[in-house]
Amino acid sequence: MANQLDEQAVEHVASLAKLEFDKNELSKITGQLGNIMDMFSELQSKDVKDVEPMISPTDMDTVLRDDKAEHISKDERQAILDNAPDTENGLIKVPAIIDESEDGE
Amino acid sequence: MNFETTIGLEVHVELKTNSKIYSPAAVEYGDQANTNINVIDWGYPGTLPTLNKGVVRDGIMATLALHGQVRHHMHFDRKNYFYPDNPKAYQITQKDTPIGHDGWIEIEVDGKKKKVGIEELHIEEDAGKNTHSPNGFSYVDLNRQGTPLIEIVSKPEMSSPDEAVAYLEALRQRIQFTGISDVKMEEGSMRCDVNISVRPYGSDQLGVRSEIKNLNSFNFVKRTLEYEIKRHQRVLMSGGQIVQETRRFVEATGETASMRSKEGSDDYRYFPEPDLPPLTVSDDWIKEVDAEMPEMPGARRDRYVNQLGLSDYDAKVLTQTKEMSDFFDETVKDGGDPKRVANYLMNDVNSYLNDNHIDLPETKLTPDHLAGMLKLIQDGTISTKMAKKVFKGILEGEEPAEYAKAHGLIQLSDPAQLQPIVDDVLDKNQQSIDDYKNGKTRAVGFLMGQVMKATRGKANPGVANKLLMKSLNAR
Amino acid sequence: MNFYDTNLTQVHNDLVNKRISVTELTKETLTNIKAHEKDLKAYLHLNEDAALKEAAALDKEGVPADDVIAGMPLAVKDNILTKGLTTTAASKILENFNPVYDATVVAKLNQHHFINVGKTNLDEFAMGSSTENSAFQTTSNPWDLTRVPGGSSGGSAASVAAGEVLGALGTDTGGSIRMPASFNGIVGMKPTYGRVSRWGVIAFASSFDQVGWLTQNVKDNATLMSIISGQDKHDMTTSDREVPDFAAELNDSADVKGLKIAVPKEYMSDDVDAGVRKVIMDAVKHFESLGASVDEVSMPNTKYGVPAYYILAPSEASSNLQRYDGIRYGFRAKDVKNLEDVYVKSRSEGFGAEVKRRIMLGTFSLSAGSYDAYFLQAAKIRRLITNDFINVFKDYDLIIGPTGAHPAFKIGSETEDPRKMYMNDILTVPVNMAGVPAMSVPAGFSEGLPVGLQIIGKMFDEKTVYKAGYVFEQTTDFHKQHPQLGGQN
Repeated sequence: MANQLDEQAVEHVASLAKLEFDKNELSKITGQLGNIMDMFSELQSKDVKDVEPMISPTDMDTVLRDDKAEHISKDERQAILDNAPDTENGLIKVPAIIDESEDGE
Repeated sequence: MNFETTIGLEVHVELKTNSKIYSPAAVEYGDQANTNINVIDWGYPGTLPTLNKGVVRDGIMATLALHGQVRHHMHFDRKNYFYPDNPKAYQITQKDTPIGHDGWIEIEVDGKKKKVGIEELHIEEDAGKNTHSPNGFSYVDLNRQGTPLIEIVSKPEMSSPDEAVAYLEALRQRIQFTGISDVKMEEGSMRCDVNISVRPYGSDQLGVRSEIKNLNSFNFVKRTLEYEIKRHQRVLMSGGQIVQETRRFVEATGETASMRSKEGSDDYRYFPEPDLPPLTVSDDWIKEVDAEMPEMPGARRDRYVNQLGLSDYDAKVLTQTKEMSDFFDETVKDGGDPKRVANYLMNDVNSYLNDNHIDLPETKLTPDHLAGMLKLIQDGTISTKMAKKVFKGILEGEEPAEYAKAHGLIQLSDPAQLQPIVDDVLDKNQQSIDDYKNGKTRAVGFLMGQVMKATRGKANPGVANKLLMKSLNAR
Repeated sequence: MNFYDTNLTQVHNDLVNKRISVTELTKETLTNIKAHEKDLKAYLHLNEDAALKEAAALDKEGVPADDVIAGMPLAVKDNILTKGLTTTAASKILENFNPVYDATVVAKLNQHHFINVGKTNLDEFAMGSSTENSAFQTTSNPWDLTRVPGGSSGGSAASVAAGEVLGALGTDTGGSIRMPASFNGIVGMKPTYGRVSRWGVIAFASSFDQVGWLTQNVKDNATLMSIISGQDKHDMTTSDREVPDFAAELNDSADVKGLKIAVPKEYMSDDVDAGVRKVIMDAVKHFESLGASVDEVSMPNTKYGVPAYYILAPSEASSNLQRYDGIRYGFRAKDVKNLEDVYVKSRSEGFGAEVKRRIMLGTFSLSAGSYDAYFLQAAKIRRLITNDFINVFKDYDLIIGPTGAHPAFKIGSETEDPRKMYMNDILTVPVNMAGVPAMSVPAGFSEGLPVGLQIIGKMFDEKTVYKAGYVFEQTTDFHKQHPQLGGQN
């Protein structure tokens, strides 16, 4: 069963989540996650072949928003920018993206 | 060894809605950075998406325009990945239940027609924009974040770069005619990823594919595919194996290069979006959108040829863009003779637009002004030469008849006004009359020139010529 | 000012009749809070200046007679955004975060001119059952300062239990209102999913989170709940169902005669402390004596609640918490060399151990190769758990049982064993799985510590839950017992 999480697998998951653990933390969390995952094994033996997954308790369809543009005030824009750790000329400043793709996606 | 190529395209089209797909911020370009944003676009804590009705409508429209089926019940999914232009670190998209599926487009290459299938169309959000600076920093503008996109995924049914380009052209044209997008590759409102694989001829298994992302012109698509076909063939012939990977086109060399992505970084951990309940599209809504569907280019071409008597070529040129075709239809409706309207649009108007690098809607030209001017030419009020000047006026929004009058661009067609001028010219040129009587017909040309000179070019040449010949023969 | 043995109506009348000014009430409330803070550590930020300013403005205008919460000091859990007032979700990653907009619930309360006294402590991002996971401080249980107040709305619960306010906002994803209400001998209600807007509530798990109240008594809870409920154009998961005046029928003529109540045998297993079971059995007898009928039923999928919850909620959380990346707001690690550093170091330094554990669980559950066996499997189990509720509610009006399997535990006793900590939620998470409303009301004591009775209703039938809770409260004395704390009393 895939419940066997070793440190290498934990490190892979951490890389997806943009987290890092030092050696001690890694061994500790690997143990803890393994222990928690044992609890999941009883779920996996349950036969749910014909059961429809439930994503949300909501029983209605989404409401649709009319296509009208709303503009924020200068003050609100400034307040939004003010929370950013680093900005320049109204742009968010981050250390260089070292990536060959131009536009991410 | 002979090979065959299989190509599939994924095209992103940016919609021209007023507001974004999941937030009410404006969809506008060219504004100062981070102004068309709000807390939702910035992925602030506690924010939630709302779904723009206009985007769903456009999704239905695109699906119908591409002969697809509209899904009645759908949900949204999260695609998780970290990037500075992706503020929530997930994109809300439709992975499991795309709004449209099973469509097709007809393409024509070298006179051969072929239907290319469309796997699916889904609606999703665009990301912001990163700018890279040589100073070691990148800068993020989230104005574009949340701009609605439709992704159109073809079936892998194209077998040559020419077919791929024909597909893109047909797709661009059909979407353009729906009016939901500008579909301009050079401005990024249409973007293309290609998937290509090559296999030995007759093999029943598809080759390993490569994906080349973010191609922003038809020319790049063609060059990329041509390069990839050669690369795949070269590798296969030397007994090697193609690696399934994402590559990018390097403009400077015309080649493609591998985008080394970190292992596992394409694990997007999709799951259904819990913040947006499911969406239901009723049959009535689909019918309503269908009723709003503008006439598609193929139908317009048929009508131009069969009902208005235009040539196939003219019909094709006039249906390049919806703006041009609509303008043509309107001008004809305003009384313009179809063939004359077509000629004027394809020659004078198009060369004006090309010379100035602008589109028709950016001028002040209106169909009724153009129809009015063509009528003035037809009834002899202005000459074709004068029309060149009047054209400049109507480009600025002037009414043609008034403009012609105000600028003295009315032909002199009244015989009563022209006769004295003709008589005067004859009186002054006895030598030419003699020459004419002696059989030198060239003299007529000279005399006509004198009439035109005396009227400063305004004499209606037809009427003046008739009067001149009559008077000449009478002397 | 201490709010024991009073209620919204009484305090409101005193304000309207000017027996006390809003300013005096606010000052006394803040004084009382401050007197306890050394022991309780219930608040992350007090809103002293703004609260007194609002109070002065109200004194000038006079408190409107028809607005029961005008000038009323209430507290707000610190994962609910308050414009201009720091909101951290008890996380270092949002330390000093300045909200630029109010949560819908706060905006609604502001329209009624409530007095926001401050932001209460919680488990970081509401992930926990003890409030020990706060990045800033550990809140104590006012009944026994060496014990936890429960979580994650531990600050709100401790403040209400200490008599500092009549009510405090909480959030409940897997029991985070009801559990601390039970541990502190107060009333805590999680309304139906979709009843209250989540706009401006810092998301933990989107399909589970719901805002509710922790209060001194049931009727106040109902009154306050009506104010914050209703459809919100910012939250597509809010219901368009009409919001009744939940408190309207909570008066002397309220009764439970003829109510059909179910007690699932799975809620009364040996995993539940004997002392807690006794309290609940007494409550069952009490309801029967009041004319309700009580039957034992079975909800066979209850045992899957905790494992399925600890797949689904962390999965959603892992995605919801990706936005804390050091780019647009919040903590950015120092000495970063490149973008990857900004992400990894900001998140690794900014999140606490429990949040990281849940992000890891969720990321794993959604990752390639795990999705079907974990996320999808758990989502199917969620359906089965919900069907258990639907089946029982075909024949019954309410389900009752314990809120927690045991009373408040000692600070530090479970922090090293996450799995044991998670099992605290065994009786509360099924409710969030299904989305039904549930309330914890004081029902007695075990080893001198409060024990809560959980009353679970049908979807959008908070009214019946409130009615049963109100009748139970009015016919028992448990809510009149209070912890002995130092300070003004």
